[in-house]
Amino acid sequence: MSSSRWLAVFAAACVLVLGLAACGGSDSSSSSNTETGSSENGSGGEALSAEVSGEIAGAGSTAQEAAQKAWIAEFENANGSATISYDGVGSGGGREKFIAGAVAFAGSDTPLSEEEGELGKAIKRCGPGELVEVPDYISPIAIVYNLPGVEELKLEPETLAKIFNQEIENWNDPEIEKENPGVELPETRIVPVNRSDESGTTENFTDYLSQIAPSVWTHEVSGEWPVKGGEAASGTSGVIEAVAAGEGAIGYADASQAGELGKALIKVGNTWAEPSPEAAAKVLDLSKEDPELEQGQKNVIAFEIDRKTEASGVYPIILVSSLIGCTKYKSADEAALVKAYFEYATSPEGQELSAEASGAAPLSSALTEKVEAAVGAIE
Amino acid sequence: MSSVDTTTNAGQLLATASGGRRRRGDRIFSNTAVIAAVTILALLVGVAVFLVTEGYPALTASSAELPKGESFLSYVAPLAFGTCLAGVLAMIIAVPLAVAVALFITHIAPARIALTLGFFVDLLAAIPSIIYGLWGIFVLGPAAVPAMKWLEEKLGWIPIFEGPASITGRTMLVVGLVLAVMILPIVSAVAREVFSQTPRKLQEGAQALGATRWEMIRTTVLPFGKSSVISGAMLGLGRALGETMAVAIILSVSGGVTFNLIGQANPSTIAANIALNFPESSGLAINLLIATGLVLFVITLATNFLARMIIARSNAQ
Amino acid sequence: MTPPPDNSAALSTRSVLAGEGSGGGTLPDWAPYGAFGGALVFCAAVLAALGWFTVALMLVFGCLVAIVAIYAWSRPVEGRRRAKDRAITMAIVAAFGIAMAPLISLLYEVVKRGAAGISWEFFTSDARGAITGGGAEHAIVGTLIITACAVVISVPIGLMAAIYMNEYGRGPLLRALTFFVDVMTGIPSIVAGLFAYALFELFLGPGIQMGIMGSLALSVLMIPIVIRSAEEVLKIVPNHLREASYALGTPKWKTITKVVLPTAFAGLVTGVMLATARIIGETAPLLVTTGVVSSLNTNPFQGRMQNLAVYAYNEYRSPGVMKQASYDRAWAAALTLIAIVMILNVIARLVYRRYKTEIR
Repeated sequence: MSSSRWLAVFAAACVLVLGLAACGGSDSSSSSNTETGSSENGSGGEALSAEVSGEIAGAGSTAQEAAQKAWIAEFENANGSATISYDGVGSGGGREKFIAGAVAFAGSDTPLSEEEGELGKAIKRCGPGELVEVPDYISPIAIVYNLPGVEELKLEPETLAKIFNQEIENWNDPEIEKENPGVELPETRIVPVNRSDESGTTENFTDYLSQIAPSVWTHEVSGEWPVKGGEAASGTSGVIEAVAAGEGAIGYADASQAGELGKALIKVGNTWAEPSPEAAAKVLDLSKEDPELEQGQKNVIAFEIDRKTEASGVYPIILVSSLIGCTKYKSADEAALVKAYFEYATSPEGQELSAEASGAAPLSSALTEKVEAAVGAIE
Repeated sequence: MSSVDTTTNAGQLLATASGGRRRRGDRIFSNTAVIAAVTILALLVGVAVFLVTEGYPALTASSAELPKGESFLSYVAPLAFGTCLAGVLAMIIAVPLAVAVALFITHIAPARIALTLGFFVDLLAAIPSIIYGLWGIFVLGPAAVPAMKWLEEKLGWIPIFEGPASITGRTMLVVGLVLAVMILPIVSAVAREVFSQTPRKLQEGAQALGATRWEMIRTTVLPFGKSSVISGAMLGLGRALGETMAVAIILSVSGGVTFNLIGQANPSTIAANIALNFPESSGLAINLLIATGLVLFVITLATNFLARMIIARSNAQ
Repeated sequence: MTPPPDNSAALSTRSVLAGEGSGGGTLPDWAPYGAFGGALVFCAAVLAALGWFTVALMLVFGCLVAIVAIYAWSRPVEGRRRAKDRAITMAIVAAFGIAMAPLISLLYEVVKRGAAGISWEFFTSDARGAITGGGAEHAIVGTLIITACAVVISVPIGLMAAIYMNEYGRGPLLRALTFFVDVMTGIPSIVAGLFAYALFELFLGPGIQMGIMGSLALSVLMIPIVIRSAEEVLKIVPNHLREASYALGTPKWKTITKVVLPTAFAGLVTGVMLATARIIGETAPLLVTTGVVSSLNTNPFQGRMQNLAVYAYNEYRSPGVMKQASYDRAWAAALTLIAIVMILNVIARLVYRRYKTEIR
């Protein structure tokens, strides 16, 4: 009987502690967090001119999620009475919610397009000429592999396409060996790892493959991986863990999450390109804006990414994610808050923070100018 | 039930004879019960209506309009197959184990630790499904890889062990195991409850006739609890068929209909497919996913119908 | 002097009547343990000789061999029926052990990985303004509130429906209800979430995310479990208790509340605990209904609310550059969830022990 008494006392004590924490926490959290905030990054407050307040919600791409978390944290530190939330429901969900007016802004891995009529609907939601779409997150997609003992792996685009199309089956295939002289490649079976969930990373990677090796990669470009029979994992973390778990596995994922895994060098022109943030950001500078995706809207910046570029120091397998908003909102406070947040996210300080927190590539200075002009139009 | 009816009527006659106040209490109570029952039906009808109205556009669209360019039937068939395969696998593993666990706790273990053991088994039910997913990827999958390689080598001639064995272990077999662990506490809790309530006099009677413990269990406890165990198993099957997150995280989804349990190309399940594709979908794609949800609804309906028939038939004996 | 009574004839007659073999003896008390130990050693030796030794294989084959061994050992000594009893008992114990293995593995992993993320900060601060790090207080409070609301919605409705099905039900309504409750158990969790979201969207417009929506979605998942287990437990309450009550002239509703429910009380508590445990870790429906937010919110009727399951999932999915710290927090959130359920379970067990009534 005494053991159950002790159990009851223990249970009551736990409940008490949790209750006290819940009650007392709201007071202590604000003080402890301003301390964390100022010690982490004191420059955050300088990017904003005046304090804004209110509550807005955003939703969309999970690729941007880590960056958005960091921006929201720093922004809320500088603006104590502003609350921003960002739901990582996925780019499609974010776009839908934005069009329906359920959220104030959205993050999307693919620009709004006329495929499902989304661009038209978004323009309708904001009003003609009032749609804002700017790139805010550029991330290199690394080709990660698990081959113990192989420090450096060089892959030509066509070889890469053949590997992921399951045309090359073993690592010691002559085509791979040709590009990697002097490297001891084992006989292991190649296990290509792809995303099982629909994702912007897949869409960007298949876009690259279809542009650079159209004779090999004949599949349609989409967010859903088209080749059956490989190893499929859910989420960036899933792909990384799957590649790490099996010897001979190769996959594609956000470079910042690669951790200890090897990253392949891809041939661009005559050089071998590494998936670094700087190399990724350069691609946008070399790409042209796509009039079909912009539809003459003056605050929409959408690129047709030039994957076939042969310039040096450029890594073309990238994911470009954008912020979508309007220039006018129902309330002036909401507009001010959105403007302040967008301005912060796309500012050099914001981009530096996102690079630190999520490994993204900061927007180049030329691009930042264009973006700031578009964001400045928000009233 | 009929004996209760006649005594209820008799009791009610007596009750009405002693005044209308009792009748009002009865009416209020029975009406509340009926309202609750109707609310639940309404809720369920609401879910069904939701599935049908949202799924309808995809059901009536032609193959060309649908996102994948294939007909609805060929889209949903592998998913339905995967769902049923995972569910059956989970049941085959979990139900015998759950019955054994329940018997152990109620009849074999010393009374003092029995309750604590029950407590620990119930704790399994509390573990969030994502944790099962992470456990599947990080622990069970890698641990299963050598076993699957062995199965491919020695028993590869059986279609379910055809291979080639996955190198990460994220296969239908592992998913079946994880689902079995997830539904074990549900089935065993129901079984435990009913086994422990087997009337003493039945059990003691058997023992007085000289039956060994197993014979007593076989002749009194198991028949008494049979229909409840089937009920519990159906509850577990429902959970297994509808499990979303764990399957979505673990399963390597890259194939169609196949009985190969240890390979890397597996069909997805309906619920996991919705979870994996919903975030990036818009427009007709969403309708398509919800239409698959409707199909799952129908599958659950069918299996439960079957189960009720089995229970009714075994009770009639 | 009379010789001591020779009862060997009686003994052998008894054993023949009981259908036993030639033996009338018993194995020593340590027999099962000896058989198991011996089987393990034997299997270990064989596996080592074949070069396939692993702990798991040894245990699995050891169990199988032990069952055969105890049967073979007991059969000549105690007779066929006893031997069968022993073998099946050993099989049941082995099955229990196998069933416990994943539980132990899971608990071990969660505790080991979760302990790295537990800190005072984890419990007392939310994630507002914390770029890396921050606590999960908002998630913990959110989980408690959402779950409490779900229980408040589900238990009365579920219990009354089970009472209806068991005590009042007849005809088409009963058949329909029975059938559809079964169906409800199979609703995927994400569909429940989408349904709740669509329902609120119908009445309140798009974009609404509230704690109570999550509770509604969870209720859809919880109610069938509550009904099913309540129904099973109510069914077992013997009719003679009800009949005795009616014979005394008690009205039906009093019979139910004063006789049937108290008898079934302990089982009902178990059913509610089971249902609560099931939904407390649900992620998918909450992802689409309650949203994600980093600040503390204690009002379920207004604004987004974070909860532990979604928090853990987000930390795993979008860990940012400090990957290990995020993973640690995800496991710590899982550990907290299990701790909460354990505490609730302890309370339920105490209630169960206090009120358990046996049926004689």
